[in-house]
Amino acid sequence: MSQTALNNVNITNSVLQFRQDFAIISNWVGFGSKVLDLGCGDGELLQFLRLSLEVKGYGVEKDDDNWLACMENGSNVIQMDLEDGLSGFEDQSFDTVILSQTLQAMHNTEEIVQEMLRVGREVIVTFPNFGYWRNRLQITNGSMPVSKTLPYQWYDTPNVHLCTINDFDKFCKNHKISILERCVITNSQTVHFMPNLLGNLAMYRLKAA
Amino acid sequence: MLEKNSVGIVAAQTAHFEQALSLKSGAVLPQFDLVYETYGKLNADQSNAVLICHALSGTHHVAGKYSADDKYPGWWDNLIGPGKPLDTNKFFVIGVNNLGGCHGSTGPSSNNPANGQPWGAQFPVLTVEDWVASQAMLADYLGVKQLAAVVGGSLGGMQALQWTLAYPERVRHALVIASAPNLTAQNMAFNEVARQAIITDPEFHGGDYYAHGVVPRRGLRIARMLGHITYLSDDAMGAKFGRKLKDGIRYSFDAEFEMESYLRYQGDKFAGEFDANTYLRMTRALDYYDPALAFDNDLSAALKTVQASFLVVSFTSDWRFSPARSREIVKALLDNERTVSYAEVTAAHGHDAFLMPDAHYHAILRTYLKKVQV
Repeated sequence: MSQTALNNVNITNSVLQFRQDFAIISNWVGFGSKVLDLGCGDGELLQFLRLSLEVKGYGVEKDDDNWLACMENGSNVIQMDLEDGLSGFEDQSFDTVILSQTLQAMHNTEEIVQEMLRVGREVIVTFPNFGYWRNRLQITNGSMPVSKTLPYQWYDTPNVHLCTINDFDKFCKNHKISILERCVITNSQTVHFMPNLLGNLAMYRLKAA
Repeated sequence: MLEKNSVGIVAAQTAHFEQALSLKSGAVLPQFDLVYETYGKLNADQSNAVLICHALSGTHHVAGKYSADDKYPGWWDNLIGPGKPLDTNKFFVIGVNNLGGCHGSTGPSSNNPANGQPWGAQFPVLTVEDWVASQAMLADYLGVKQLAAVVGGSLGGMQALQWTLAYPERVRHALVIASAPNLTAQNMAFNEVARQAIITDPEFHGGDYYAHGVVPRRGLRIARMLGHITYLSDDAMGAKFGRKLKDGIRYSFDAEFEMESYLRYQGDKFAGEFDANTYLRMTRALDYYDPALAFDNDLSAALKTVQASFLVVSFTSDWRFSPARSREIVKALLDNERTVSYAEVTAAHGHDAFLMPDAHYHAILRTYLKKVQV
């Protein structure tokens, strides 16, 4: 349910605008490399990477409708629940493992990040920055944030582990994860100044330390 | 009555092979027949052929009817036809009765050319590998050099997998449904009980019951009843029968519960139409199939030579061929960086789900098969 909802947002976004996050991810993925996209939704990112970089891609998706959409898009898709870990994948068997805008909806957050680092030589994680000023403003005004990146009401949100950029930096430090690159964007623009306040979407390229 | 999107009235054909077939067991079949049906048209470059491999009790009669009055169509008619997921407007579909069968292909009830008597106990034990070898001979016979796809559920899925191992260049896609890379001890145990029921039937006569003019009906009936229990999930049986009684409790051993009537009916029906020697051999082929055995039980090593693209499908309530077993196949293919997709269908029907026209299941097959180029 949660992944479906999230991916529907992705689908909507993609129709309306150029996906800056896809462009950044494609800069972090090698040409012809082997990529695992966790919570791949309709397989749009995989399709993008396949067409632009000729990657050998596999998606993981638990939702039935997304599975079909992914297949329709021509991607390999493995139906499983990420909450169960990645036991079907060997250590270091992928060049890059991607978790795009799904981290905040995971229950076993620590486990999935460790699993990604086990399976992938590199890991890409993206999530909506809860520290973004518009979110803070809504909290200050006394309400839970609702926006384009966080389109849910408190009672129907699939998001259970929202965090800020500072939180995730700390998470990486505590879990001995190397941050190879970090990119923060707001409305397709890269944010360099005060990213935890001005950045809407956080993107990380990680590696086990 | 023929329904919409049916392949229509079909007829079985027989291919006769004079060529001897050396079997995995070392036995040799000097000559044999395979009975088959086809639906759709083979295209000019012979690139649209799809082979359907049947499971334990299946036949070559996969789709359509023999006459408009037939009560039932072929066993996978819900999948195959013009506009159906396996679209006969696009594909040339082949159904074949496996060697050792009892529906027209050479089997234990056929006459042994050496003496003109039924083969009976003398008919060799066959393996999945032997079936696939004979199916490849049928493909040659039909002028098909490379199959667009091989599709099979359960034991049929093992044949689809075996095709990609035995003839990596002759099959572009394998659809392995509700199957496994080998049977677990528990799964084989059910087969052993089924065989013991047949073999210990006094009318089995060591497999040569044809000469006595009898069939080991009781054994076959019990074997089939046992099978049916394992093909359904606990929930499906509960939903279908629960503890419903036919006419109340009568303190007897008659079929008082509806579930009992169902099993007896299925057992009787099967015992009246299936050959016990065939049943023994089909279950043995299931037991023996184990492509990883020659590779130190390393399935990934066994599947190294695979070239085909795979769709692997399992059903959540299938405990005889559980999703975990399908995931083993998926993992071995992933380890070899093969093209593979895997769907785990939420279904209540247990192993039988692979034959049901569940909307999502059929959408999976339809979407995949639409992508298969011919």
